[in-house]
Amino acid sequence: MEQSEQNTVPGPDAIPESATRPAQVQMPEPAALREPERVAATGAPIFDLQGVSIFYGSFRAVTNVSLTIYEHEITAFIGPSGCGKTTVLRTLNRMNDLVPGSHVEGNVSYRGESLYSKSVSPISVRRRIGMVFQKPNPFPKSIYDNVAYGPRINGIHNKGKLDEIVERSLRQAALWDEVKNRLKNSGLGLSGGQAQRLCIARTLAVEPDVVLMDEPASALDPIATGAIEDLMKEIKDRYTIVVVTHNMQQATRVSDRTAFYSVLVNPESDTRTGTLVEYAPTDRLFGDPQDERTKAYVTGRMG
Amino acid sequence: MSTITEVDPAVPAGSTDPLKQRRPLGDRAFAILALASGLLVLVILVWIAVSTSQQASSWFSTEGLKIFTNNWNPAANDFGALAFIYGTAVTALIAVIMAVPVSVGIALLLTEVVPYRWSRPIVYVIDLLAVVPSVVWGLWGILVFAPWLNHIYAHIGSAVQGLWILGPLFGPPTSGASFFTAGIILAFMITPIVTSLSREVIATVPAIDKEGAYALGATRWEMISGAVWPHSQGGVIGAVLLGVGRAMGETIAVALVIGSSATITSHLFAPGYNMAAVIANQFGEATGVFRSALFGIGVLLFVFTIIINVLAHGVVERSARRKRGA
Amino acid sequence: MTAVTAESQQPDLREPKGWRRTKNRIMTALMVTSFAVVLIPLAFVLFTVIAKGASAISWSFLTSSIPPSVAPPGVGGIGPAIVGTIEITAVATIMAVPLGILGAIYLNEYGGKNPLAAFIGFMSDVMTGVPSIVMGLFIFTIWTLHFGLSGFGGALALACLMLPIVIRSSYEILRLVPNSLREGSYALGATKARVTVTVVLPAAIGGIVSGALLAIARAAGETAPLLFTIGTAHTVNKNVFSGANTSLPSQIFANASSPYDGAQALGWGAALTLIAICFILMIVARLVTARFARYTH
Repeated sequence: MEQSEQNTVPGPDAIPESATRPAQVQMPEPAALREPERVAATGAPIFDLQGVSIFYGSFRAVTNVSLTIYEHEITAFIGPSGCGKTTVLRTLNRMNDLVPGSHVEGNVSYRGESLYSKSVSPISVRRRIGMVFQKPNPFPKSIYDNVAYGPRINGIHNKGKLDEIVERSLRQAALWDEVKNRLKNSGLGLSGGQAQRLCIARTLAVEPDVVLMDEPASALDPIATGAIEDLMKEIKDRYTIVVVTHNMQQATRVSDRTAFYSVLVNPESDTRTGTLVEYAPTDRLFGDPQDERTKAYVTGRMG
Repeated sequence: MSTITEVDPAVPAGSTDPLKQRRPLGDRAFAILALASGLLVLVILVWIAVSTSQQASSWFSTEGLKIFTNNWNPAANDFGALAFIYGTAVTALIAVIMAVPVSVGIALLLTEVVPYRWSRPIVYVIDLLAVVPSVVWGLWGILVFAPWLNHIYAHIGSAVQGLWILGPLFGPPTSGASFFTAGIILAFMITPIVTSLSREVIATVPAIDKEGAYALGATRWEMISGAVWPHSQGGVIGAVLLGVGRAMGETIAVALVIGSSATITSHLFAPGYNMAAVIANQFGEATGVFRSALFGIGVLLFVFTIIINVLAHGVVERSARRKRGA
Repeated sequence: MTAVTAESQQPDLREPKGWRRTKNRIMTALMVTSFAVVLIPLAFVLFTVIAKGASAISWSFLTSSIPPSVAPPGVGGIGPAIVGTIEITAVATIMAVPLGILGAIYLNEYGGKNPLAAFIGFMSDVMTGVPSIVMGLFIFTIWTLHFGLSGFGGALALACLMLPIVIRSSYEILRLVPNSLREGSYALGATKARVTVTVVLPAAIGGIVSGALLAIARAAGETAPLLFTIGTAHTVNKNVFSGANTSLPSQIFANASSPYDGAQALGWGAALTLIAICFILMIVARLVTARFARYTH
């Protein structure tokens, strides 16, 4: 194993042996990852990942991710398919727990507390760290009940309070004016863009700290996409947003900081493992990428 | 190259034009045979209706609307069948009230709670339950289960004597053979079918809806009631109706444990009778109008179960169609 | 947005207290209980049948003729009933299974979106719900009244019962056969019948056989259709087409209502034999499915 490498992340062909078995070995600290601390962040660190690897059974899906996500910023995860960006996102709210056999190594901490320690309940985690999915998934209930679902399971049953929360959430999601007169209608009857905003409203209704978004606009037409992007920029000073996107223009339009992931191919077992390549403020990552792979991705492939 | 000797399998033998459209005889015959087999289903159903109604006609004409009275006394030529209709309804109701929560519980257990590896043994148990023949349930029921239940009935009966609602429902028993015993055994027998259909329905709930609920910080039960239940309501109702139909038609086990007494009573621990059971038990000795009456009860049973099954399958199909369209 | 930022210094990520967690636990416990509720009677039945029936089983029991009810335990056996079950179920199978497969072929290969096919499929499902006693009355009317009691009458009634079951299970399997197989055959110039018989059926054979075995297990255990169609017999009737006959379920039914110990003991022995037959059929069906599963994926 090449110990004498310089301060860059090992090139695409140098698969660490640890790619296919749990690693005890420390990877050299890449220079690119130290950038964010030198640039002033708008808020405090919210997530701190140190040497995080994610496994499905014995298969290492993502290896050695270390980064810090800051409050009240929009952080984008970009990269080719299979690079692990969604896997890392889902680790932040313990949604990977739903996949049998998955486990996480390394440290994932949220506001100083480790997310994966024994005393932590995934239910409490998800209440604070919400998620919006790629395909809008409104429940087969009325619009009102969709938004009220979260508050209700958290113990709020007072009609007046619920009305207030529903209106506030739908306003924040820029959907209120369109649906205020048909709150009793089924959530399934909305157009794609409206349904996605409903899902966002539903997520905001529990007043989370962080909103994770997994390609929230990829199933939508360009106008609906624009609406979602505007929404993200509007709410970012009240929340922290991490968004996975395969659309680089979207990343440049909305995000403050961008993390670029890529795939390591392990020639022996023919498996692919994702890893973090470069993480920097968006302008820097796209304007002056440090790593060859980043450069290839952001210049060679358009969207 | 010479193609004279080459045989083209698609061309009917003997035809000179290689592009001739006419289908070969064997192909047509097969298609007709397949169609005939399909039509056989409809033919049999109609034939059942017609032939049994014919046999029942003398009962219908002698008794007229009196067939719906509670007056069954073959010795006196009275053939009012209300007691049996009542018995069928009551035993089916008891069976469904007991079987549905259990079946839905097992279905949820299999789809939401238990990891895949452990689900197989559970499914085997359900299959085993389904394979036990009706007559064995009946044998065990009358020789072992009913006497054992009788003790329990006696305790409950004396405990609730004189109480409002509970007294008349659960009054003292005679032997263990009763509406309630028949209902319990029917519940065992319909559980597999209600469970398996409920499982199918629940399994079609899109994973993304479940994730949506979890992502909001829901516990497993909150996810089930918020995301799974609204999707599966229709299908589960269909499964319940199927269970009702099956309970109504189950004959032999009921014939052995229901107590064979044509009475209408609210006492569930008392012996009773139902439509399928009376036919099974009394057809052997019946002649004339008596036999015609049993046929008639069979016709009524046929009609009731057809209606329930049409409803059940209709409901299941509609919810499946709505899901595909959604 | 005050709720969370106030605690941003030290987020509380422990399990939500109180009712929510308890409710979740109660519900999970209820689901597990429902399985126990089903497991217990099943175990109870099987245990009783084995305990009471095992002592009766012997070679002579399985081959001797059926004794009168008053005979003491240990006398006679259920030989005619076993033979009867095998004969009658076999004849029913020969009638119902090919017709059922053909019906499923019609629905899946020929019928398509045709309203008639949809109707037939629907009514076939409805037919699975027709009570078996009604089938018995039906065959009594159209066959037994004209031709007398016979094993064949019983077989007809069982066949009516099996037909929709075989249609449904065969249809589900045929649906799973990928279209690419059919297209490959058509592309070689085969007719529809040839495609179906030489490509589709072999691909589906595992599932079809498994479904048929389950239908046979069901038929072997049925009593009601045989009640009025086969009569009773105490000795083996090798001619399934004429003369009264008996079967395991019929015999058990008769003995269950008898007050005599001998008859009851016979009943338990017969019940154990019948359950064993049904279980074996079910296990073979599972093995066939497992063995052929890879061909339908």
